[in-house]
Amino acid sequence: MTEIATRPAAPAGHRGALAGIRVVELGFAAAGPLVGKYLANFGAEVIRLESRLAADVFRTTYPPFKDGIVEPDRAGMFAFYNDGKRSATLNLKHPKGVALARALIGTADVFVESFTPGTVARLGLGAETLRAADPGLIVLSSCNQGQTGPHAFHPGYGSQLSALAGFVQLLGEPDSTPVLLYGPYIDYVAVGYGAIAVLAALERRKRTGVGCTIDLSQYEAGLQFLTPTILEFAANGRIPGRLGNADLVAAPHGVYRCAGRDRWVALSVWSDAEWRDLRALMDIDGPATAAERRRARVALDERIGAWTATRDRDLVVTLLRRKGIRAAPVLSISELFDDAQLAHRGMWPAVTHPTIGEMHLMAPPFRLSSTPSVQDRPGPTVGADNDHVFGEILGLSLDERSTLQRDGVFE
Amino acid sequence: MCGRILADLGADVIKVEPPGGEADRLRPPFIGDVENRERSIPWLAANVNKRGVTCDLTSSDGPALFARLAATARIVVESFPAGRLAELGLQDLFRDAIVVSITPYGQDGPLARVPGSDLEVTAASGSLWLAGEEGRPPVRTSQPQSPYWSGMYGALGALIALQSRVAQRVDVSAQAAMTTVHPPAPVWWDIARDEHARTGPFLLGRSNVGSRFRNLWACADGFVSFAIQGGPIGRHTGRMLAEWMAERGRVPAVIAAIDWDRFDNTRLSQDQVDELEAAIAPFLLSLTKAEFFDGVVKRKMLGYPVGDASDSLADPQLSARDFWRQISPAEGLPPLPFPGGFALFDGKRPEVRRPAPRVGEHNGEIYAEVGVGPLELGRLREAGVV
Repeated sequence: MTEIATRPAAPAGHRGALAGIRVVELGFAAAGPLVGKYLANFGAEVIRLESRLAADVFRTTYPPFKDGIVEPDRAGMFAFYNDGKRSATLNLKHPKGVALARALIGTADVFVESFTPGTVARLGLGAETLRAADPGLIVLSSCNQGQTGPHAFHPGYGSQLSALAGFVQLLGEPDSTPVLLYGPYIDYVAVGYGAIAVLAALERRKRTGVGCTIDLSQYEAGLQFLTPTILEFAANGRIPGRLGNADLVAAPHGVYRCAGRDRWVALSVWSDAEWRDLRALMDIDGPATAAERRRARVALDERIGAWTATRDRDLVVTLLRRKGIRAAPVLSISELFDDAQLAHRGMWPAVTHPTIGEMHLMAPPFRLSSTPSVQDRPGPTVGADNDHVFGEILGLSLDERSTLQRDGVFE
Repeated sequence: MCGRILADLGADVIKVEPPGGEADRLRPPFIGDVENRERSIPWLAANVNKRGVTCDLTSSDGPALFARLAATARIVVESFPAGRLAELGLQDLFRDAIVVSITPYGQDGPLARVPGSDLEVTAASGSLWLAGEEGRPPVRTSQPQSPYWSGMYGALGALIALQSRVAQRVDVSAQAAMTTVHPPAPVWWDIARDEHARTGPFLLGRSNVGSRFRNLWACADGFVSFAIQGGPIGRHTGRMLAEWMAERGRVPAVIAAIDWDRFDNTRLSQDQVDELEAAIAPFLLSLTKAEFFDGVVKRKMLGYPVGDASDSLADPQLSARDFWRQISPAEGLPPLPFPGGFALFDGKRPEVRRPAPRVGEHNGEIYAEVGVGPLELGRLREAGVV
């Protein structure tokens, strides 16, 4: 593996853009917790409250686990999705657990939760209750379909919600069955919008002193990315569907097989001049105008594919880029860790996890020049920061803590 | 899209275009299939809620005019190729602002000057690798996604930078943006050295023994998203499925034999998974999307129909939450349903409150706000600067 470049060194005295902001988080899997990850990467103190009695599915269920051993502190997913955070354990079925959670949230600027609607309210940690005590608090509730409405309580997860919202319908060959977006795609859309919503509320609080209760439906967030398909249907009565790799403008525009096993190149032609260069390079025929080329797509794709099929992928990319034609290798996941451009941006910061060992985190895809992100800690082990949270922040003595421990409050 | 999100949040976002309008105004499809600068659907989607001016940054008076506008801005968003801002001599104008720069690969590094469109950055991000049928070419989402991801991360970066109170650059790479959309695939490689790849309708990463689960199924009038799942809700889903099958006729023996209280999908061999899925397929094929949706909602099962634009507009959940906003996206066009604001803030949804600007629509009003009087504006107009 190539040396992973570090992100720009933080300037002396750099505390992160969000230093001084405390976030308390209750949630599971990706959609809620990744909001906290981004805030932590830029210096917020993010405290994940969790319980051994009802652990995050990323700790208990979703592989991969280090060496295949299913234990909460060997869970790769949790370590990857929760970097930079602290972990404190609280049993929220115990009244003293709830009181401590409330006290901790009372010291925080932001509370993020991603349970089924109504869950935190039943625990006594609903936004109304919390903000009655602390009007400046910002509460983000992120869930599948929002806090209200006939489907609010319907369970769901990102991969399937991506299908409902219409992303899946747009992926695949025309007139063939759709294929999956690999992961819980829509969750990550909601993560970005969730973090944006929290930051917008923090900005408003600076001016007004008033907090905010944010109801984020992952479904509604995802639909923002599909606005043109909605407008196209409403305006023109057509339901946008799968186009394979065709484009409404560029032609040729596709993914072509190269020499070797499962090696592919992506390329697109956006002007007649680029097309002339491509024709000359590959020594192939085809019409001069884009409209004609779009109609001749199948034949052109075959001719280009025949040329690329016997050539090395990276060589093809180099030849095309030398001509100024847009082209890129279809990188596999393992290749992403070796990609020079991503490495230059420090996309995969290396850290050592106490149980998992050497592993890589994911950097934010935007770099801030003066207050860069810092990623030096993987997701915490269960309860790693109990002393800090209950001792230093909440001021409980050792005696008090051991009594609570005995009573099962920290389970 | 970055500006659109900031505008949705209430910021006064001014779009600066060259005289005659930016090239993206001619990106298809068009409203009513009429190709002109006021009707491009993707352009309108990204530019409602903004005001607009024109300014020729390559003309001799352009940079100075732009400087007066930029001096009033806290955030400047630009998507020129890396280095172009400096070539235009504009970089020094923004010393006091947060400058969000969105490019295919980022401001520096080996690919900084390499051009790329949605297809190439998606290819270079691993996202393309993970979508498509085995043995067939990888495929991209037919509604280009990287502009949305890049714009969203640009807005997020801008708002984080705003908290720092320090003027700085926010350098967004579309390649990096698209790399964030496919975990857990990188975790599987990093922790388990397992290279995930595209598997068509099957979902990877739910098994401890390498089995894969079908997640897209044909139904009577389209497709549905459903999977054999573990965990409390997954087991409930399986139990409900068996009951639902019984209501509609017959439960296949392999399904009836399952003790759902002990069911653990992560340990099933591929043969066992295949056998269960073969027993489920005919049942799902007998249902319409609407029947499936009603059934899973009623039984609180995991699963959804594969929706499209028409399904979204008819969805009762979205109507109940007053999601859609009917507005005319540009003057003279009929009202169309826009997705409303992306979240409710104290119960209120950010509004789609103004149509996208016509080319140079707000030249008079905006340049007056920064002290350019009508005479000077007339002179600039004659010189072709605006």
